[in-house]
Amino acid sequence: MGKRIYPIVLCLFMAFVLVTPAHASATLEEAVQTLATGKLKERATQIDQLASFQDVRVVPVLEALGAGTLFFRKSDKAVFRTAPTRDGLQLIEPLTGSVVATEAKKNLRKIKVNNKLRRQLKAVIADLTLASADEGMRLQAVNALAKAGDHNALPDLKAALAKEQHEAIKTALSEAIAALTLKDPEATEEEKLSALILFKEKGNQQALAIVSAFAAQASSPQEQAAAQSALASVEKTLAFWEAGQNIWYGLSLGSVLLLAAIGLAITFGVMGVINMAHGEMVMIGAYTTFVVQELIRTSFPGAFEYSLAIALPAAFFVPGVVGLALERSVIRFLYGRPLETLLATWGVSLMLQQAIRSIFGPTNQEVGNPEWMSGAFELGGLTLTANRFWILVFALFVFAVLLVVLKHTHFGLQMRAVTQNRGMAASMGIRTPWVDAFTFALGSGIAGIAGVALSQISNVSPNLGQLYIIDSFMVVVFGGVGNLWGTLVGAMSLGVANKFLEPYSGAVLAKILTLTAIILFIQKKPRGLFALKGRAVEA
Amino acid sequence: MVRFSKKVISAAGASLLASTIISGAVQAEDTIKVGILHSLSGTMAISETTLKDVMLMLIEEQNEKGGLLGKKLEPVVVDPASNWPLFAEKARELLEVHKVSAVFGNWTSVSRKSVLPVFEELNGILFYPVQYEGEESQRNVFYTGAAPNQQAIPAVDYLLEHEEVERWVLAGTDYVYPRTTNKILEAYLKSKGVSEEDIMINYTPFGHGDWQTIVADVKAFGSAGKKTAVVSTINGDANVPFYKELGNQGISAEDIPVVAFSVGEEELAGLDTAPLVGHLAAWNYFQSVDTKINGEFIETWQVYTGDDDRVTNDPMEAHFIGFNMWVKAVEKAGSTDVDSVIDEIVGVSVPNLSGGHSTMMPNHHITKPVLIGEIQEDGQFDIVDETDGLVAGDAWSDYLPESAKLIADWRKPLSCGNFNVTAGSCGGAATN
Repeated sequence: MGKRIYPIVLCLFMAFVLVTPAHASATLEEAVQTLATGKLKERATQIDQLASFQDVRVVPVLEALGAGTLFFRKSDKAVFRTAPTRDGLQLIEPLTGSVVATEAKKNLRKIKVNNKLRRQLKAVIADLTLASADEGMRLQAVNALAKAGDHNALPDLKAALAKEQHEAIKTALSEAIAALTLKDPEATEEEKLSALILFKEKGNQQALAIVSAFAAQASSPQEQAAAQSALASVEKTLAFWEAGQNIWYGLSLGSVLLLAAIGLAITFGVMGVINMAHGEMVMIGAYTTFVVQELIRTSFPGAFEYSLAIALPAAFFVPGVVGLALERSVIRFLYGRPLETLLATWGVSLMLQQAIRSIFGPTNQEVGNPEWMSGAFELGGLTLTANRFWILVFALFVFAVLLVVLKHTHFGLQMRAVTQNRGMAASMGIRTPWVDAFTFALGSGIAGIAGVALSQISNVSPNLGQLYIIDSFMVVVFGGVGNLWGTLVGAMSLGVANKFLEPYSGAVLAKILTLTAIILFIQKKPRGLFALKGRAVEA
Repeated sequence: MVRFSKKVISAAGASLLASTIISGAVQAEDTIKVGILHSLSGTMAISETTLKDVMLMLIEEQNEKGGLLGKKLEPVVVDPASNWPLFAEKARELLEVHKVSAVFGNWTSVSRKSVLPVFEELNGILFYPVQYEGEESQRNVFYTGAAPNQQAIPAVDYLLEHEEVERWVLAGTDYVYPRTTNKILEAYLKSKGVSEEDIMINYTPFGHGDWQTIVADVKAFGSAGKKTAVVSTINGDANVPFYKELGNQGISAEDIPVVAFSVGEEELAGLDTAPLVGHLAAWNYFQSVDTKINGEFIETWQVYTGDDDRVTNDPMEAHFIGFNMWVKAVEKAGSTDVDSVIDEIVGVSVPNLSGGHSTMMPNHHITKPVLIGEIQEDGQFDIVDETDGLVAGDAWSDYLPESAKLIADWRKPLSCGNFNVTAGSCGGAATN
């Protein structure tokens, strides 16, 4: 404990000497009130002073300070924790936690912190909560102390390890101790070497950071050698996982391409309509998601976690109707005239963009990520981000559903019949104009569903569609027009190829190389990966 | 005959507006026309529409105060539709057909470069309100946005001093502004003793949407045991997926802070900022600046737009300063004659929104304070650092060997945008 007290005493001493005497306070209450005074630069000293009381009552104050909810009243400079209410901020007595009053925000001023202070706060809070009864809090404290990297915390951590019963926290504690030991100039060589072995086994990015920092300042040749061997081993492990990680990135990019392209695979692939307004259907789907989420936010905030699922049918329906209207009013007059279709749909796409811009304004709209779509999880040495994972699952799901619709439903049968031989289908009693219309609506609706997923990773702005239209055509043409499986394989292989090129060539060149490769491929196989064969193609 | 040639030119420039020519000529005597050249459609509409609105508001305010030289100001709004060549055509239309006295407009350096020859040829005045890469000073252009020494360099200084950053990722969109800025920053960092291997430079295409690999690379680059920061010149739409990926891969501002030069209140409006708290931006103005004049400006803006949540941002302040400077210079010159205004505006000083005064310098850049802000949960910035006093915009960077010896001074008798102090000669009347 002695080692811990010394710097605090020094800080206190400095606070007494350097800062005006008014800042030196005898009681905790007074120390909290000092936060209302002084500049950002002096806050570090103030925080240390608060910590020096070693009183857990100060933890909520420090947490509020870190979260930016600690304010002082302009009139009397009294410090309060706050919680937002409808008509201002609720003032909470900082130490006791009792609600005092509600005050308009303009009468209060926030006590600012910056990144450096937030780091300091985390370490201080961790130090105070290391002995907390709550397991989550203890674990958080251990991790925060390891991250803060101050070897003065070692005695406390070792004491905590001796008392700890919980397995996960025990592991975290030993890792934290090992990490700090490598930074402790007073640790013995033996301690350091055993710490190195622990990280060598761990072999993740965090271990790499710790080991390479140690290698940079290791003193004895023996330590240096051990550090280098650990470094080499960690790098080898990481390189092994990197290939897997690249495949994952590729599949995830592929799933986005697949989602964007799958609607087009119907309108362009199956029907042969060069639909330049496809991207705008994706955009309308994303805006539908936004509107649904806004409704949920204002009316049923509890259902926010399910907002995406609720938005799905709407995001299918709205662009579907727009697509239906587009087919009935424009496209049906242009069948068999691809150039005119291209120009007409391009014009429609500009109109839709500007319409959305006039209704919602030109700026991005915020579509929130539900909890289950945020963050990342580890799988072996792979880091999978939750939103990408679910988008991959969703893309495959949409693909499967579409396949079933086409192969195993009455409508799918009619649709295939019409595209394969319109005259024959018509003479069998199929109302081909309506099949056309609903096929186009289906394609547009699927594009809208893609918009729900893309709203989670991209901007929701009127330009959203433009970002994906080129990629979508690329995927469909590459995969083979008229073949859904081609679209799947095309999207995934383009994604993976792009992600393997990117680390070597950079993002800009990777894209150029992919496009060049496709051009060359199309020269060789003009009908794409999975070419349709038979009479339908010639017609 | 004069009328005829006008028509020929306008037909070549913008054939659609024959009717406006006639009505414009009739009205020309009783109003002073102000051109607004901002994209209202296409990719840049997201940023530029706001600037059009703020200009209309400033002009309306000025008219309520009695106009200028006893005349009303008349805004002429054209839409260059985010299309660079169209910017030049529309600029020509404003100057030749509408005979505007000054133009406020453009966003992105490539659009500015495309209109430069037009303003030079037709002797117009352009106020450019956006931060840019410097390395330019043109007689007809006034740069009210930040030059690199008014944004990028102080931001890097902040990271060096307060975050003690040792390893740097310079990430940008692949075009002229990030490339030049990163060149300057690389030279600056090296002059501060940062070694080559501690700098990683990365470019991405416009509208880049898949940041997985790059964010993972940044994470790996940051695991070398040294404090790492990202200096981002990523432009426009690509920012949202970038920040989302950062948040999802668990990179917090306390681990690897990102300081951005193109992310302001408007861009954050479309984002859930909770995972971004602590990431930084450097600007000359933030909406959170706590001054009386800013409070009034925000209120006027929100009343004008009828939206209590509308945010203000740095380029809006640049237009506010530029417009007031132009008004003051016209009053000083007693006419809207382009040459007299260009002569009079140097040295003009007007209040900025952060409580001080900005002055037009002889190199056509202005003096501004530099603020460093941290993103907060409400989409606003907390100002964590501020330069002592104002910083004068430097047209030619001191950190690039080829431009260090150039100065710009448009006062007579020098009247040169790129005077070479070693050779003692002006590099030419044109820029660059």
